[in-house]
Amino acid sequence: MSDAAPPAADAAPAAPPPLSPPARVLVAKPGLDGHDRGAKVVARALRDAGMEVIYTGIRQTPPAIAEAALQEDAEAVGLSILSGAHLTLVPRVLEELRAREMGDVVLWVGGIIPAADVPALRALGVAAVFGPGSPMDETVRFVREAVAARRARAEPASAPDGP
Amino acid sequence: MTDGAARTPSAGGTAESARALADRALAGDRRALARLLSVLEAGGPGAAAALRVVYPRAGNARIVGITGPPGSGKSTLVAALARLYRRQQARVGVLAIDPTSPYSGGALLGDRIRMPDLAGDEGVFIRSIASRGACGGLAAAAAALTAALDAAGYCRILVETVGVGQDEVAVAQLAETTVVVTVPGLGDEVQALKAGLLEVADVLVVNKADRPEAERAVAELRLLQSLAPAAAWQPPVLATIATQGDGVAALLEAIDAHGAYLLASGTADARAEARARAVVLAAAQARLADRLGTTAAAPAWQAAYREVAAHQRSPYDVAAELVAAVDLTTEA
Repeated sequence: MSDAAPPAADAAPAAPPPLSPPARVLVAKPGLDGHDRGAKVVARALRDAGMEVIYTGIRQTPPAIAEAALQEDAEAVGLSILSGAHLTLVPRVLEELRAREMGDVVLWVGGIIPAADVPALRALGVAAVFGPGSPMDETVRFVREAVAARRARAEPASAPDGP
Repeated sequence: MTDGAARTPSAGGTAESARALADRALAGDRRALARLLSVLEAGGPGAAAALRVVYPRAGNARIVGITGPPGSGKSTLVAALARLYRRQQARVGVLAIDPTSPYSGGALLGDRIRMPDLAGDEGVFIRSIASRGACGGLAAAAAALTAALDAAGYCRILVETVGVGQDEVAVAQLAETTVVVTVPGLGDEVQALKAGLLEVADVLVVNKADRPEAERAVAELRLLQSLAPAAAWQPPVLATIATQGDGVAALLEAIDAHGAYLLASGTADARAEARARAVVLAAAQARLADRLGTTAAAPAWQAAYREVAAHQRSPYDVAAELVAAVDLTTEA
């Protein structure tokens, strides 16, 4: 019945406390490429930062991703795309999210995205793009801050709660 | 819960907005249902208000629990059962529970990986939830979430537990019918099953039956049953290969047969009341634990903890004082 965890072997120094309740994040791989190591590494890093990460597996269609985001009440959706089809897939995912009134979900993209395509993705409504070599901390910090900001927008009346 | 994550009392918004959300969810708004599940999961006054709306409308669904060790194929079986229910035109709710890390408070919820084809079906609502520190293989809010899916018209609800070991049997306090899944080749797994899981099984499944020694696992489970005095309901032992759908129709028949037995034997009501008692008790314990934690965190108790640490006072005596000091009057 002990609620207190034993001390972690390598407790991270001075990481900001996780959001409460934990951020709910969907990590999905749309399209046909089946290489999900990157998606899994990101999912694991977000989990280790205290988030609840729903991983859908590979080869998901845009409607299936949006529907999963809806059912899971995801606050952020990360798409891992290595196939080069990002300019096709991302607008379709956004369209499906908006059709479900989920347009305010934080959408970010990771994978192999040419720098020249980033402005186009940002213009569509993608909140951030992370390529190879992005420090994992950066992704974690981005998701935490974006989810916290979304919560603050949703409940502007409530003051920040103390313990 | 981890120490670092303080609970936010206002999580889930006001009681008023929670009630409005529940109304919309029960009227068929799936987005509202998803948010309602989050409100119920967060607990607090919002959850209490929402459940007050939801609970009287629930009670119609057939609730089936699927439990067993990690990797035994629970998610794949749940997906296969959901497909069969869909063929019967039943709307299916799935609650899939995965463990929360005691270190980070985070969780990786991966049960959807086994259910890719169900995501596009409007008659299926799958929700992954993290155990958030609860023991017993469920999450504290599982009963409330089940009630919400039930009230929203999902008339078959499959509750998949965390991968469990021997005595994590909380699912039997939630489900009308509990399916215990095991796999061949776990060595002494049948011995291990004896004490806890086996006792709550209404249906026993040996999944991955294409593996060697599957027949032996089935035979051993039947042998174990034959050692016990004959019961009115003898849990059937079935073999399945969930990835191929083999044996899943027979599993569904066994689940239905158990449901029919509960009604015919007149034990359904008694079991429902026993489950209700368990849910009430668990909720009461959670409330008390919450208050107790608040009291124990007060600076005034630091001196007592120091005395216990220095072996000047007994921890039992300080615990008794702490319990006596818990404020039970204020409404949470």
